[in-house]
Amino acid sequence: MGYGIRLKVYGDYACFTRPEMKVERVSYDVITPSAARGIIEAIYWKPAIRWVIDRIYVLNEIKFTNVRRNEVSQKISSSNIQAAMNDSSKELYQIAPEIRQQRASMLLKDVCYIIEAHFESTNQAGPEDTPEKHYNIALRRMRQGQCYHQPCLGTREFAANFELVDNEEIKGFYDGEKMDLGWMLWDIDFQNDMTPVFYRAFMEDGIIEVKDLLKAR
Amino acid sequence: MNEIIKNRHEFVVLFDVENGNPNGDPDAGNMPRIDAETGYGIVTDVCLKRKIRNYVEIVKEDSEGFKIYVKEGAILNNQHETAYKFLGLDPTNEKVAKENREPLRDFMCQNFFDIRAFGAVMTTKVNCGQVRGPVQINFARSIDPIVAQEVTITRMAVTTVKDAENKTNEMGRKHIVPYALYKTEGYISANIARKTTGFTQEDLELLFEAIVNMFEHDHSAARGKMAVRKLIVFKHDSELGNASSHKLFEIISITKKDGEKPARNYSDYQVQVDLSRVPEGVSVIEKL
Repeated sequence: MGYGIRLKVYGDYACFTRPEMKVERVSYDVITPSAARGIIEAIYWKPAIRWVIDRIYVLNEIKFTNVRRNEVSQKISSSNIQAAMNDSSKELYQIAPEIRQQRASMLLKDVCYIIEAHFESTNQAGPEDTPEKHYNIALRRMRQGQCYHQPCLGTREFAANFELVDNEEIKGFYDGEKMDLGWMLWDIDFQNDMTPVFYRAFMEDGIIEVKDLLKAR
Repeated sequence: MNEIIKNRHEFVVLFDVENGNPNGDPDAGNMPRIDAETGYGIVTDVCLKRKIRNYVEIVKEDSEGFKIYVKEGAILNNQHETAYKFLGLDPTNEKVAKENREPLRDFMCQNFFDIRAFGAVMTTKVNCGQVRGPVQINFARSIDPIVAQEVTITRMAVTTVKDAENKTNEMGRKHIVPYALYKTEGYISANIARKTTGFTQEDLELLFEAIVNMFEHDHSAARGKMAVRKLIVFKHDSELGNASSHKLFEIISITKKDGEKPARNYSDYQVQVDLSRVPEGVSVIEKL
């Protein structure tokens, strides 16, 4: 059981794609615990620890906007790469206009969250992996704006700005309101063949309480 | 030059458009993208990446290690002797792909500049069958709200025989932005470069060169006059960085000199880089 941190993340746009609407992407109303974990891991992560999201504070009003872009319809097939590796005369490329798909994305605008999280030790932790050590490295990185790669709000074109939050009073747009956000993705269980795990998200005063569902599994 | 980059970078690009459409919105009949609520113009990240890819393709002409995977338009079939490594694998099935994920990935990264820079998604049924590239670019947004104009044009020729019976010309439409200055930010992670794609110092210089020249080879009837006006690079002393990126971006201030008048020229704006606010361990390099 590690110590808790509070990280403020914000940005102009975000897209936490609903798994049931992935082609023409539609974002969830708020950040998922899975995306929040990804943001923290972009700043600090080691195999010895596992970040667990405890609480999500939604500070700004939930607003959507729509963007349509030209995308490609295919991934790079490994068999094509294989063929090119074995036969140097084979050309390897994708012609974007020929496999073009125009897809709309329903994005969130102007988001700001505070993520409250702690880390647990995993079975890969050695004797040198003290909670204090990881906690201090994580704190130092968050304070100094250091990161492994710039964290993002759902997709990489929407970079997340992040700041460590001290114990200040958190006042958000949804203070005094209750909202049922429905059935949301909690995270992916990588231990069990990448099974998605869902939870029922309730927001009260702009705060979503998140349970660690991996422990219960 | 061929060393893998060791420093985290951020960069800010300022580019402008004069009487052109920098990035059409397919949802709005190809009008310039606009944020409906605020009126600010938008240019998507993928639009800018396309320009960077095109520039690299023009300059490097598919030379070894600088191929471009996601191409545009006609392919000039210029075969080079590529030093493709022969792995001698069985015809692929998913299992083989799983076992050979890393060689496949490394092969793609070594040969293709755009995959080394931006990453790619490969169809391997394994998590992380995608390569996350070190370079990350945000949406560009205009400094001030933009006004898109619709310009009606005529053509003194018609398309079909049937049309020729009752008219001599056709009307068409163009959408232009009279003038707008856009800003975008980008991030380069030295970690991902080291651990995943092997993005080198040479690649970095090429990326900056491509950004500076990204509109030089992209002229068309729709684009009007587009130019990159500034490229400011923040170089951190360390791999993880020495300061928050948003604080660095705030060092650059862009103000309109005359608040009353609509801007019609880059000289109507004043761009200042407040060097006194640069944190320790970060150096500012003005590439343009």
